Amino acid sequence: MTYDITIDGKQYRLDLNRAEGRWSCFLDGREVEVDAVLARPDVLSLRIGNQAYEVKCERVAGEMHLWVGSARFAAEVRDPRSLRGRVRAVDDHGPKKLTAPMPGKIVRVLVRQGDEVEAGAGVLVVEAMKMQNEIKSPKKGTIQKILVSEGAAVNAGDVLAIVE
Amino acid sequence: MFKKILIANRGEIAVRVIRACHEMGIAAVAVYSDVDRASLHVRKADEAYPIGAPAASESYLNIQKILDVAARSGADAIHPGYGFLSENAKFARACVDAGVKFIGPTAEAMDAMGSKTKARQAMERAGVPFVPGTSRGLESVEQAQEVAARIGYPVMLKAAAGGGGKGMRLVHAPEDLKSALEGARSEAERSFGDSEVYIEKAIINPRHIEMQVLADEHGNTVYLGERECSLQRRHQKVIEEAPSPIVDADMRRRMGEVAVRVAQAAAYTNAGTVEFLVDQQKNFYFLEMNTRLQVEHPVTELITGFDLVHLQIRIADGERLPFTQDQITIRGHAIECRIYAEDPDNNYFPSPGKITLLLLPSGPGIRRDSGMYEGWTVPMDYDPLLAKLIGYGTDREQAISRLTRALNEYFVGGIKTNISLFRRILSDPDFRAAKMDTGFLDRLLKQKRAEVPTDPKASEVAAIAAGIFAVLGAAGAGAGERPAANGSVSSRPSAASNWKIAAHKEAMR
Repeated sequence: MTYDITIDGKQYRLDLNRAEGRWSCFLDGREVEVDAVLARPDVLSLRIGNQAYEVKCERVAGEMHLWVGSARFAAEVRDPRSLRGRVRAVDDHGPKKLTAPMPGKIVRVLVRQGDEVEAGAGVLVVEAMKMQNEIKSPKKGTIQKILVSEGAAVNAGDVLAIVE
Repeated sequence: MFKKILIANRGEIAVRVIRACHEMGIAAVAVYSDVDRASLHVRKADEAYPIGAPAASESYLNIQKILDVAARSGADAIHPGYGFLSENAKFARACVDAGVKFIGPTAEAMDAMGSKTKARQAMERAGVPFVPGTSRGLESVEQAQEVAARIGYPVMLKAAAGGGGKGMRLVHAPEDLKSALEGARSEAERSFGDSEVYIEKAIINPRHIEMQVLADEHGNTVYLGERECSLQRRHQKVIEEAPSPIVDADMRRRMGEVAVRVAQAAAYTNAGTVEFLVDQQKNFYFLEMNTRLQVEHPVTELITGFDLVHLQIRIADGERLPFTQDQITIRGHAIECRIYAEDPDNNYFPSPGKITLLLLPSGPGIRRDSGMYEGWTVPMDYDPLLAKLIGYGTDREQAISRLTRALNEYFVGGIKTNISLFRRILSDPDFRAAKMDTGFLDRLLKQKRAEVPTDPKASEVAAIAAGIFAVLGAAGAGAGERPAANGSVSSRPSAASNWKIAAHKEAMR
């Protein structure tokens, strides 16, 4: 298998093959001696040469993070031959919903309908457990709709705004 | 001895008390709100009763519902844990009326400590040291200036009816006193409808040190040493240790004797904690008394060798304290980290959700009091405390190194936790040197996090692991989302059969 892998923004090309329980591994064309044991689901015991690593895999909300020791890396895996990679690339198109992460109160609406926003720009502020949490735009686009007003009580999962 | 105890709480403390019950051969009754059916305390209990909606007022704070369960289950005592009803005198009284023993102090002792003026009067009679200042409202600017000159600047003006920092002014110099007094008075009037303001010596960056006391119902009161709780964020303790690095045997004895006097002045029974502020010259001043078992009680248990929950139950059952003050010795050093479901990258905002992967630390000198398990969804309705990790060692240095080692073993996947914060604290040179005060954590969090150079090798290891997880597909995935659901490249069906999983695991050997 050949994969295009992005780790915290850094690109790798990985060729991985398994035969008779052994892995053959080429990272960016360089051969790496790899021995892997799945200790339990989401936990790999890796030996790279004689260096031992415990790697944990965290999968939440469609994102994958890998922990090597206590360092956390955002990971994306693409199969260059499959259509998926291309599908993923256009995934940012179309409207995106902003939802409340937990029950709370809308304390501020930071944008107006029709405003242009950058990815990561604050759209609303939700207060819960006496703390304020800024809800950010997942993508660059236009605020198509704001469905709540300041002071409104919201439940977890409620759609607050839509970015197109 | 009691046959059955109801635990009017949830989370790690409910589990802690259930364990003590089982160790003593007592049946444990759990109560749970609608969102806590799957919580660990329900799994560990012998009996469990639903008590209603998630809002605490509908469940864990509802006195009538709790007493109904006590009656239905035939429990002969109630342990309130901490928080919720633990310091509610009305509840303690209702337990007496219902003929069920409340494991804690009497309602009268709680009342004596709950009211600030009453507490202060009782403490004055008992000769307890307070922060110097006036205990009555200031009458004039001249009087304020006279008192401030006597106790020395900086001084703090405080609203008598105050709370939450309203009506408070820190004054560094005499020329600022007049306008500060006017400001504090008008703010107090606006906030509380009461413009009474008193003056106290300002203690800048004090330490927060508290003394554990135990009192039986036969007039015996002892202290079990202090806990240093100076590391706080938003007045919430984050890390606690015992003994305090600045308290020597003489200071411990003096603080302990004051704490015992405080408890006796209120005719206090069962476990309690007397909190002190300590200034840079190691003068200590009474702050308040907490009339309950504290979150951080395990550090005291580790250095004294006593089980405080066992003792609470024995005291409530009418037993005498099984030891005298001179039989209590302190040995070693213990530090507790409060593991919270909060996001360090988002201002420590609560981060509830499903725990997809949980790897637990163990080994020498490690104690873990936890209310979570893998696959459990942390509800968003309560305090986000998940667990307490406590390190114990011969001395402070060993306790720190064991805790650091255990934090590296601890992994909570699927939700955000503050584990990384503890790595930062424990490696901080000032913390290592025990240079702490209540402002420590705010200062630490304001510093830019030192850029830890990412090991290029770790990034490569992550890339290789990502590829291997992709090859394994569903067979390698745990309690989180299935890889197929998040655009994985795996060509395998998402719902791999157990046979296939077994086969993949076989291939991994």
